[in-house]
Amino acid sequence: MTGRIASRVGLVLLVLFAAFPFYWAVVASFTPEATLFREPTLWPRELILEHYRALFAERDFLTPVKNSLIVAGTTTVFCVTIGAFAAYALARIEFAGKRVVLAFILAVTMFPQISIVSPLYMLLRGMHLINTYPGLVLPYVTFAMPLAVWLLVGFFRQLPPDLEEAAMVDGASRWQSFTRVILPLTGPGLATTAILTFIYCWNEFLFALSFTLGPERYTVPVAIALFRGQYQVPWGQILAATVIATAPVAVIVLLFQRRIVQGLTAGAVKG
Amino acid sequence: MTPIQPAPSRAPRPESEARTGWLLTAPALLAILVIALFPLAWTVWESLHEHDLRMPWLGRPFVGLGNYLTILHDARFWQALGHTALFAIISVTVELVLGLALALAMNRGFRGRGVVRAAVLVPWAIPTVVAALLWRFIFDSQAGIANVVLTNVGILHHPLVWFVHAATAWVPVILADVWKTTPFVALLLLAGLQSIDKELYEAASTDGASAWWQLTRITIPLLKPAILVALIFRTLDAFRVFDLIYVMTGGGPGTSTEPVALYTFNALLQNLEFGYGAALSVIIFLVTFALAMLYMRGLGLDLGGPRRR
Repeated sequence: MTGRIASRVGLVLLVLFAAFPFYWAVVASFTPEATLFREPTLWPRELILEHYRALFAERDFLTPVKNSLIVAGTTTVFCVTIGAFAAYALARIEFAGKRVVLAFILAVTMFPQISIVSPLYMLLRGMHLINTYPGLVLPYVTFAMPLAVWLLVGFFRQLPPDLEEAAMVDGASRWQSFTRVILPLTGPGLATTAILTFIYCWNEFLFALSFTLGPERYTVPVAIALFRGQYQVPWGQILAATVIATAPVAVIVLLFQRRIVQGLTAGAVKG
Repeated sequence: MTPIQPAPSRAPRPESEARTGWLLTAPALLAILVIALFPLAWTVWESLHEHDLRMPWLGRPFVGLGNYLTILHDARFWQALGHTALFAIISVTVELVLGLALALAMNRGFRGRGVVRAAVLVPWAIPTVVAALLWRFIFDSQAGIANVVLTNVGILHHPLVWFVHAATAWVPVILADVWKTTPFVALLLLAGLQSIDKELYEAASTDGASAWWQLTRITIPLLKPAILVALIFRTLDAFRVFDLIYVMTGGGPGTSTEPVALYTFNALLQNLEFGYGAALSVIIFLVTFALAMLYMRGLGLDLGGPRRR
């Protein structure tokens, strides 16, 4: 019994610990700059919209949001389609060399990005892709691909093994059995993979920092990290920006939490 | 592909299967090879040269392992390595202990489980840059909320300027990391917990085993694979830490919170020492690779999945 109460109390504290920084950022994003650090109170005394106005009117925060949506969205589409082919083959076709490919893909998920930042920079510069959308999508596709393939392999394996054989007995080719039978059945798995890939790209920082040159191509994390005020840190606007960067992710997580947890743990634990 | 055959109950021929397999895998593999492996090879080659973009007149002479020898005597590198190790050990330990506690609590099944899961998932899902800024704000300024709360509770006698001293600057950094990644650890462990046979606990309870005995003799041993996965994933992440520290302290005060990834980034993109930076990159890669190998060995991952025939 005491164990149960203790774990209840622990969980409540943990939820508070998890939620507090968000609460505090929301409160601060509506608080006048001048009173931000003057005797902070847990309840706001007055609420203003000035920081949000300044964020969009003066800092043009819509541009990084648009950039992030374009880059993360395009990458997700590429990763899920290309990844689905590869994952299907790796999960459901027996062929020599497949184990090596899987091991290789898993190894690349652990690849340190910093190790290839400078050659990638040279490569992208040579292709005149620095500070462009393709210049981000290209490296993102690579870095998100192993994750996408790995997750999808897990989902394809969960389907009963004889599905294609049954379809092929009925005269379908392998391609038809893949597109007509397997793909529709893995819809939820594809969705989960798309969600996780999107979050991954929405959050990426190092490549975006290295391969963009100006505010017109900054993604959300870069734009927020490089916020500068004239004399001091513009906390009000920064926090308004963090609220905006968090909102879409929070909505996705709340809507799809079951799926996300399933995808995360399937990818990592079952191997 | 294969034309429709009159007697298709035979299995597809292995050669055509292999061809289909490679054909389907090719685009994904190509993308990975071009953008990951080719640059890696370039980095290795570059690391054998002296290449300083600030001094282009020096050219790009081949120096063999010269850069690596310099690293051996580079105090700032060893310092950065120390910071990285310190950060990894402390944060991963705290995350594993807290994550296990959280997983055990969540495994009990109670009302409002969805709320807890959502509450812990959101920090995991947001950009690291955002998490770093949220916690920097909490610890910023002598009148920030952390100082106010800690002085009011009596833990601090007077407000601290957290980011001015190396020792105190680590506190918000590690706290932010724990806040952001404990949920991930907890979810991995929870999945492990759910696969343990409930009857083991029932049998142990009937025999009068204490909760502690059950935890240390049943739960933890059976949870070992999940713990190992979480441990290695987190160690790798902690070893590559960049975003969090770049935003929270910028590696400062001075270079006292600078991890290896940030040192490498500075060598490359601030000092434009491409040869030296490349050598640092290779070292990070090798350490990560060794850790990853350890992971795959330790788990004996079954990469083929269940045999289908």
